[in-house]
Amino acid sequence: MDKKNIPGISSKPSAGFAVLKPFNAKPAGEPEDLLFSRWLASTPLWAWCLMVAIVIAWPLTSYASSTYSIGDAFQALWRWIPFIVTGGFLFNVIISFFAMLIGTVLGIILGLMQISPAIYIRLPAQIITQVFRNSPWLVLLFIVLLALPYEIEFGDTIIRIPDWVKAVFGLCLPIMANIAEVVRGAINSVPNGQWEAAESLAYTRQQTLWQIILPQCFKRMIPPWMNWYAILTMATPLCSLLGVEELITLSRQAIEAENNRPELLVPFYGFALLIFFAYCYPIARATIALERRFAVKL
Amino acid sequence: MPQHAWTDDQPIVSIKDVHKSFGNLEVLKGISMDVMKGEVICIIGPSGSGKSTLIRCINALNDIQAGSIQVEGLEVNDKDLNKLELRKKVGMVFQQYNLFPHKTALENIMMAPIKVLKENPVEVEARARGLITKVRLEGKEGAYPGELSGGQQQRVAIARSLAMNPDIMLFDEVTAALDPETVKEVLVTIQDLAEDGMTCMLVTHEMGFAKEIADHIYFTDRGVIVEHGPPATFFDKAEDPRTREFLSQIL
Repeated sequence: MDKKNIPGISSKPSAGFAVLKPFNAKPAGEPEDLLFSRWLASTPLWAWCLMVAIVIAWPLTSYASSTYSIGDAFQALWRWIPFIVTGGFLFNVIISFFAMLIGTVLGIILGLMQISPAIYIRLPAQIITQVFRNSPWLVLLFIVLLALPYEIEFGDTIIRIPDWVKAVFGLCLPIMANIAEVVRGAINSVPNGQWEAAESLAYTRQQTLWQIILPQCFKRMIPPWMNWYAILTMATPLCSLLGVEELITLSRQAIEAENNRPELLVPFYGFALLIFFAYCYPIARATIALERRFAVKL
Repeated sequence: MPQHAWTDDQPIVSIKDVHKSFGNLEVLKGISMDVMKGEVICIIGPSGSGKSTLIRCINALNDIQAGSIQVEGLEVNDKDLNKLELRKKVGMVFQQYNLFPHKTALENIMMAPIKVLKENPVEVEARARGLITKVRLEGKEGAYPGELSGGQQQRVAIARSLAMNPDIMLFDEVTAALDPETVKEVLVTIQDLAEDGMTCMLVTHEMGFAKEIADHIYFTDRGVIVEHGPPATFFDKAEDPRTREFLSQIL
């Protein structure tokens, strides 16, 4: 006799009909599970060590027979580190800081415009957001760099616009659009009952937004906001393609100054990788910590 | 009738042939009722019968397509309605409490009078503390809504509405989301209010409470008022078969 097939015991459980899976009751606008900073923060510390090991081991095996020893390569790196960091990475930080600042201010305005009841405010804001969210960052950078003038004349005084300032404008556009979405998502995640309760207490729409809704949004916005800062920082080496003096540009120049030896590529770019990691990892950890704290409180 | 010519021998809320649709779905199909000052009325009926919608129309949270709702002579169905004026007269309490989670109980009560009515914060605080006592929540002034039980939150919500000194209170299934053991404390609070002479309109499923507290009961089904009357006659001598069926299911 055939063994009786019992679903759930001798075979996979099966209802034999369509089953509605439990509704995932995550409120709209919650940070997505695959936030970049969440991924970064989940990278354990041994990944650090592994990266360092690779940076050291790779050239060791690749160029063991070469006359240019691994020691020479790291000595070269050591000589150039102060120049690369103070003249290069500092600008990555400055560019990311100002792009984030301007992008956040514009993004909040754009996000608020997106929830306006007036369609002539809402619609342009939605279009701007979608355009800049879905454009390649490098293309935006090129457009801004080529579209902005080299200098601006105020009567007699001529103000030169340095390349890094243009890079700030170029990078703040996608940040603006993404922060706008963060703001809109956070506002929409506040239950509708909050609006109704405020309305029945004679609050106007503006008063409700500023006194009731936005104070509740603030906490929800911090983790995705920091996530975007980490992504932005990672994107700043794009500026090197446009000749802006930053970490990658200066690393390349340093390698050229050392006669373009191929043994230098891995130590120099490996160092660039490490320094970005060292900068973004604490930010990512802080994001997770904040998320956890707010998750308990709200 | 000119606006603001209302005197309290006229209905405080006067609803005449109100029609309301959501898209193609007509939820109110010509509802009329008058409520006098100090009266307590309960609206009962099966879910989807339009009772919550009706109560939300009274303070203009929902608009109506046809008919007239007058609150102290103020026409609600009017494009130029002064909503501030209306909402100062009408307080509302919701099923889901809807307290502001980032403010303490006391701040929840004080916010609207200070921010909207621009009243003196010192006077408002004194009044708010009085209201906390009235809803029997002494000691919970500094608690955030998340730290309070459902029944406590709902009582803060009642106090928050009362802080605006309304003339009419609307209760939209205020005990429906509560644990059975906390229902009573909220009902007692409402009863206190009614005994103080507040005009109350309740949508409720608490039949025992309705029987006890209401001056007049309305039974709605599918967007119309099927039957209404004082509790004694309504519960014991209901005439319409739909009313009788509903009551037999729920009692």
